[in-house]
Amino acid sequence: MSKNALFSKKNRSLLTDPLDDNNPVTVQVLGICSALAITVQLKSAVVMALSVIFVMCVANVVVSLLRKFIPSRIRIIVQLVVIASLVIIVDEVLKAYVYDVSKELTVFVGLIITNCIIMGRLEAFALANSPWESFLDGLGNAFGYGWILIAVAFFRELLGAGTLYGYPVLENLGIYDLGYENNGMMILPPMALVTVGVIIWIQRMRNKKLIESN
Amino acid sequence: MQELANIFIKSIFIENMVFAYFLGMCSYLAISKTVKTSVGMGMAVIFVLSITVPINYLLVNFVLEKGALVWLLGDEFIDIDLSFLSFIMFIAVIASMVQLVEMIVEKFSPTLYSSLGVFLPLIAVNCAILGGSLFMQERAYNNITEAVVFGFGSGIGWFLAIVGIAAIREKIRYSNVPPALRGLGITFIITGLMGIAFMSFMGIKL
Repeated sequence: MSKNALFSKKNRSLLTDPLDDNNPVTVQVLGICSALAITVQLKSAVVMALSVIFVMCVANVVVSLLRKFIPSRIRIIVQLVVIASLVIIVDEVLKAYVYDVSKELTVFVGLIITNCIIMGRLEAFALANSPWESFLDGLGNAFGYGWILIAVAFFRELLGAGTLYGYPVLENLGIYDLGYENNGMMILPPMALVTVGVIIWIQRMRNKKLIESN
Repeated sequence: MQELANIFIKSIFIENMVFAYFLGMCSYLAISKTVKTSVGMGMAVIFVLSITVPINYLLVNFVLEKGALVWLLGDEFIDIDLSFLSFIMFIAVIASMVQLVEMIVEKFSPTLYSSLGVFLPLIAVNCAILGGSLFMQERAYNNITEAVVFGFGSGIGWFLAIVGIAAIREKIRYSNVPPALRGLGITFIITGLMGIAFMSFMGIKL
């Protein structure tokens, strides 16, 4: 790779592939836990997505810089320590600046540590590639994760509570006057699974090569 | 006694790791293709959860919490609060316990090792395990017995969930699922339906 080609075709695809064809949530099946648990409201989903983008990019770059020094026998522990330190930073920052959101996310900030998306990308990519490529890979995968998170939260908050980002959209549009009722079911945990299932269904109808055998 | 039974039932059915908090979903989806392997994984999770939750409970109460160091270092340490370190301590305890358990099981029970063996290393990054410790910290259980019961019950809840979905997935192979929904998609939707079924336990109190 020439030094000037910071955005060569290969690097661009590192960034764009995880958004659709190789999406971490719907194709690689990584990082499902948090994708489902904190999608009741758009606000917590956005905060979570930003936290993961930060942890993922920094962890990818750090591990990629260290990749020649880490003995492969203890690499899991090293990766966990890098991730855990970054997550502690995120947790303290959230507690300091957006305390109410941090209360809502409860244990799920801590669970970024075991979010398999991050471990998976470190193992599969950062350990074998240069820092800049790893940064792009981290950014792409974190965005691929983030947009699924935000899409799920959008539908759950809109249909379940009739608000978006805490703003009462449906009420202001006057839809309740027509006899519409909120679907309280969407707020309950199981519907997050069904929503992701439907997103996967739509994606695979469009993109036939992702279809699995039974 | 009643309090313990209450925690036990609650952690299995009402606050089920998979259906209420989506913890351990990655291994849940990846390993639930056959009942046999999912039983192995479920056993390993029960095992590790019932060991790590009490250990982390002791760690929180005697090292990390505000004023917890007094018993060791005297009264001038009453203001020390190390709880920001809990993530990194928990994950270190879990990773080393998993390693230790693997070695002990390999030495003393080769049959158990051959059935759990492959799954034990995977558990260090299973979020159900770390989640168990974090919930234990957040809910502040009164004594160590409660923590043990909570860890064991959560493990059983996870075991029930993965064995259930594996049994359904074995059968669904013979059904005519829409092509785009095959594999991952239908598994998600079935898990959602199982979650709705588990919600009927809500509000049960002994």
